[in-house]
Amino acid sequence: MLRISGVHTFYGNIEALRGIDIEVNEGEIVTLIGANGAGKSTLLMTVCGNPRATHGTVTFEGRDITRAPTHDIIRLGIAQSPEGRRIFPHMTVMENLQMGAVTADPAHFDEDLERAFSLFPILADRRSQRGGTLSGGEQQMLAIARALMSRPRLLLLDEPSLGLAPMVVKKIFEIINEINEQRGITVFLVEQNAYHALRLAHRAYVMVTGKITLTGSGADLLADPEVRAAYLEGGHG
Amino acid sequence: MTPRPALDVPAILKEAGLTALVMLGLTVGLVGFRIPDGIGASALETRFGAVAMACGLAFAGRIALILLREKRPRRVLFASTAYAVVVALAQAAPVLFSPAATERWITLRPFDSAVVNGMTVVLAAAFALRAAWMEWRHRRFPGIKERDKAMDAMGARVQRATHFFGPALLLVAVILPFLPMVDRRLLDIAVLVVTYIMLGWGLNIVVGLAGLLDLGYVAFYAVGAYSFALLAINFDLGFWICLPLAGMLAATAGILLGFPVLRLRGDYLAIVTLGFGEIIRIILLNWYQFTGGPDGISGIPKPTFFGLEFKRSASDGGETFHQFFDLTYSPVDKIVFIYYVILGLALITNSFSLRIRKLPVGRAWEALREDEIACRSLGINATNTKLTAFAIGAMFGGIAGSFFATRQGFISPESFTFIESAVILAIVVLGGFGSQIGVVIAAILLIGLPEIFRELQDFRMLTFGGAMVLIMVWRPAGLLAHRTPSIRLSDRGGEP
Ligand SMILES: Nc1ncnc2c1ncn2[C@@H]1O[C@H](COP(=O)(O)OP(=O)(O)OP(=O)(O)O)[C@@H](O)[C@H]1O
Ligand SMILES: [Mg+2]
Repeated sequence: MLRISGVHTFYGNIEALRGIDIEVNEGEIVTLIGANGAGKSTLLMTVCGNPRATHGTVTFEGRDITRAPTHDIIRLGIAQSPEGRRIFPHMTVMENLQMGAVTADPAHFDEDLERAFSLFPILADRRSQRGGTLSGGEQQMLAIARALMSRPRLLLLDEPSLGLAPMVVKKIFEIINEINEQRGITVFLVEQNAYHALRLAHRAYVMVTGKITLTGSGADLLADPEVRAAYLEGGHG
Repeated sequence: MTPRPALDVPAILKEAGLTALVMLGLTVGLVGFRIPDGIGASALETRFGAVAMACGLAFAGRIALILLREKRPRRVLFASTAYAVVVALAQAAPVLFSPAATERWITLRPFDSAVVNGMTVVLAAAFALRAAWMEWRHRRFPGIKERDKAMDAMGARVQRATHFFGPALLLVAVILPFLPMVDRRLLDIAVLVVTYIMLGWGLNIVVGLAGLLDLGYVAFYAVGAYSFALLAINFDLGFWICLPLAGMLAATAGILLGFPVLRLRGDYLAIVTLGFGEIIRIILLNWYQFTGGPDGISGIPKPTFFGLEFKRSASDGGETFHQFFDLTYSPVDKIVFIYYVILGLALITNSFSLRIRKLPVGRAWEALREDEIACRSLGINATNTKLTAFAIGAMFGGIAGSFFATRQGFISPESFTFIESAVILAIVVLGGFGSQIGVVIAAILLIGLPEIFRELQDFRMLTFGGAMVLIMVWRPAGLLAHRTPSIRLSDRGGEP
């Protein structure tokens, strides 16, 4: 579905991605883990065309989107919940969700809203509250719900568990699983929380300073001694 | 914040009283009695008023010092600022005011000697600065947050009150020309204020809604004014035909400016728009054959009421308003008409911006202002969205410019300097970005009051600047910074 091949991305002179090859198949949850500054967020942003890849290609459902402008890429059926949630703090929950639906057919809006609220009932209670006053967990839920409003076929999530309590993290990962299984949305997940993310994933990649160093099924990587040493020891190990 | 210990009022009064006593001892001999100059003045002149004043001031000054020591600067700030301003004005009255007003102001001088008065002013100003500095440093403490919250709540209340207040204000605006105390001068001021309200609302679309800091808004005002003037004079077109054309030309100018600069953000955008404003002005100044350069353009036609002119006698082939309606000619009719024209244009601007906020493009503007990266990741074409904001804001600026041209009958590049942009921006900023009623209040404060208090001359600009500084210190988000959701929910928690 999404194929990233030989992608290099630069910030000025800094080469943040040094030839990445990743494939995400339809219906999968694919996880990407890596240390801080490895280039994970950069990769997700590159898929969306901001920054652009300087070498290599990104194709989505067979279409080359390497050079397409961001807004066109999103309209093809990719949604992103960017790092740090980035909800609109002065807008209400409802308005945030409306913003998520700008690229969607307005006829679907009520139905999609219904589905968002059934997925995150807490948001229904908070619908007229300002985004900035939501708790961190609620904001993350809003960010995911907002991304889903455009009816994407591929959902890119950047660290959805960032700064959340363990209970809430668990809940978020359950919901990601539900989105994938029940709605058939393909998920490409970037995470620091390696334990949960690898358990959830069908397949996973490990990135170290702009390169993919390991790949395999989620369970394989969870059992891999190197991965355990680097990302799990002291955690849930 | 832990509650501060209460002030020990009796102790303070005692301390201040002691100071006043010392002052009394010092002054009663030196100031209280005076041997008048001149010959034959045997009687000793007494000046106990001055002594009392000195003691009173010493008392107040001591209290101010104590309050500063106890870190309670606010009252000191207000009181000493007020004192300094009043005494300074009283001292400077002969230069500033008419003789009659001077008479009244002079009674406010605490002492006869200008030097002494000046010294007390300097002292009071020093107190005020010290207090202001203290207040400023305490901004980081929660007291400020509480105040902000209170102001936010007030903003919200005002916004809610707008439901009743708005129509009331509108009613006043509509019947204004017929109110008994409104004379020609006041009506002229009203026209000016409403023009700025319209400009404020237009710029509010760009700055308030879309969050693009535009320091060159006057450029579009100028483009509108010159478009109208040149079209009207060269092609003999009427006001009502030129108005939309001028609006469109200004919008085109907005797009032309927008294309190269909208990839810039914040300060950079502001600087480039500032430059654009100057470029337009300099072009107008130097393109002599086309714009008349510094001579400007005169003889711009006045608007007509469905073809009826507002003149004493009709130009050939025309008919005048008073002839048609069988009225006696009155020059005020024209101003009333002009007033209604700008009121109508302003109201159109207002209802347009209220409407567009609820449309997808308006919501996209607001979202763009909040978080551009999030917007892009949601599939919004940021460049086009910004361009529409620029173009629409420019269009209203252009329409206001046409109105300006037709009202004045004469335009020159001098009317379109940077200070105009700054004033319009000040109205938007003071009003609270994005607040429609805030713009009205700010325009009345910034344009109306200085016009009404024209006698204060240069001091009004000083006050203007001072008010701006104070508001930015206390309320950086603007007087009425409060955002109402663009969708109203019929019942909380119910189905939408
Ligand atoms: N806008 C930018 N300009 C310059 N360098 C950048 C920019 N964004 C990221 N970088 C650099 O690119 C590298 C990769 O950053 P990236 O944000 O992709 O890391 P990450 O894997 O997402 O890390 P984290 O887990 O901390 O979010 C880092 O060295 C970072 O400093
Ligand atoms: Mg990251």
